[in-house]
Amino acid sequence: MPTMTSPAVETSRRAVRQERRRLGPLSALSHAALLLWTVLTVVPILWTFLASVKSEDEIFGDAWSLPASLRWDNFARAWEQAHIGQYMLNSVIVVAFSTFGTMLLGSMAAYVLARYPFRGNRACYLLFVSGLAFPVYLALTPLFFVVQNMGNVPLIGPFIGLNTHAGLVLVYIAYSMPFTVFFLAAFFRTLPTAVAEAALVDGASHTRVFFQIMLPMARPGIISVTIFNVLGQWNQYQLPLVLLQERDTWVLPQGIADISTAAGYDQDWSALFAALTLAILPMLVIYTIFQRQIQSGLTAGALK
Amino acid sequence: MINRYRRGLFITAFLAAPVTLYLVYVISPYTQAFYIAMTDWRGVTATPNFIGLDNFVRLFADSIFWKAVTHNAALLLLLPLLTIVIALFFAFLLNVGGGGRGAAGVPGSRFYRVLFFFPQVLAVTVVAVLFQQVFRPDGSGMLNGPLMALGLRPVGFLSDPGIAFWSVLGVMVWQAVGFYVVLFSAGLASIPRDMFEAAQIDGAGRVSLFFRITLPLLWDTVQVAWVYLGILALDVFAIVWVMTDQHGGPDFSTTVMATEIYRNAFTYFRFGYASALGVVMFFFTVGFAVLSLRLSRRERIEY
Repeated sequence: MPTMTSPAVETSRRAVRQERRRLGPLSALSHAALLLWTVLTVVPILWTFLASVKSEDEIFGDAWSLPASLRWDNFARAWEQAHIGQYMLNSVIVVAFSTFGTMLLGSMAAYVLARYPFRGNRACYLLFVSGLAFPVYLALTPLFFVVQNMGNVPLIGPFIGLNTHAGLVLVYIAYSMPFTVFFLAAFFRTLPTAVAEAALVDGASHTRVFFQIMLPMARPGIISVTIFNVLGQWNQYQLPLVLLQERDTWVLPQGIADISTAAGYDQDWSALFAALTLAILPMLVIYTIFQRQIQSGLTAGALK
Repeated sequence: MINRYRRGLFITAFLAAPVTLYLVYVISPYTQAFYIAMTDWRGVTATPNFIGLDNFVRLFADSIFWKAVTHNAALLLLLPLLTIVIALFFAFLLNVGGGGRGAAGVPGSRFYRVLFFFPQVLAVTVVAVLFQQVFRPDGSGMLNGPLMALGLRPVGFLSDPGIAFWSVLGVMVWQAVGFYVVLFSAGLASIPRDMFEAAQIDGAGRVSLFFRITLPLLWDTVQVAWVYLGILALDVFAIVWVMTDQHGGPDFSTTVMATEIYRNAFTYFRFGYASALGVVMFFFTVGFAVLSLRLSRRERIEY
């Protein structure tokens, strides 16, 4: 025995050494895994940004070459000739109205169903929530004809039939109801009753209690569902594909998908990358600003 | 009396618009679909011709239908499995498994969480077109460029029928992982810190910290993730429709139920047949939901 260390110190040293041996390569590996996923996430997007300022020849050349000069005119072509500007405007209009409508009607229905017992309440709630389980593809064909028939309604028909934005807005509102009602009804149930009852006793109308007391109290829930609906409706592809068949009514996901699928010999590849960049950048900026709210909004929806 | 009348009026007024919209645009199409599925309707005649279960008989004899079902089933198994395993691993590293005492996450965990989540906010069609370019079969593709520069043969990520399905799966996992990292992180945040610390004092390493503490306490969240990813796997449409050759090719190697429904309805105008496919898909989805609810009934851990 060259040194005189107590058994306790010896064991603890050994434990430290063992832990280091165990953790050393594990730590390195876990950092490598995190970095690998970072690369997997970032690089395809950066590569797209890079290609958006390349010339046609450079895109068809070496995949990783840097552009000789920055071709900003790709963006002008994507915006004007590939109509990305028009599609983006259409998307903004549709999503603005449909999210507003969804939140207004959805919170009204959820509030009544959550806090007013009446005959048929439970059945009505279940009717809304059952929509969560249906795959939208089952309804696609009849929905097409429902919207087509809406076009024949006197007076308002031309505004809500096929190939109209208002028609799509109504469909979005209807298809956003199941989740919105489900989430907000659960939320309204958790709110305290005292304030609302006091206001009713003081003579406030039910409507006024809803708009001036309950809705402001439900703000955290409202924000979560709004984020959920904005993203869902902004990214929706299936419903517009069926309901908007005239090119100038298209929304952004349709426009992006079309540029790539309508490939031909005259395909404008650099405009395609510019169009992708135009679709990605605003989302990246908005997400960076509101990432905390977006993350908690979307995951709150999943955990309810 | 007047109060009761007012209350009834209020309930009616608040429910009228949402219920009407929902009945017209959601409930009525769904119920019609079950009837259309039993007709040979092609949209030209005013009244569809009732043919009973003929569409279903034809469907079950259709090899493309079985390919679509197989692909959905494979996605149903693999998408949740891969996504949950990867996301759990990252969520653990970012929140608990940073090494050392105190059960903290690795440095920079906030940054990783923000970054990994980003693909989730991109539209599926944007992701599909982006990866179409990443997967290009020639030297100008993001992946094949370097491969060919190294003197290797290019990989037909989307053009080789044996590989295309895996490319689709890969892109879906790529887009989903970040969301579940954040979801599991939220679950982990609600587990008291001292549970990890107590386990560490008792000598638990990172591996047992993960399997003995983290996983059991996160089990509820993992189940939620499983159901969500399962529904995503059954509902997949845009990624296949936009990204792959011939909307589900090459040679039907990536086709799924949703793309077959769309193709039959809006390319071939076989509305009856497409609706029959939709009915089958409906039973798949409901079956999956019931099954996962049954299987997930487990003792809840209180803490």
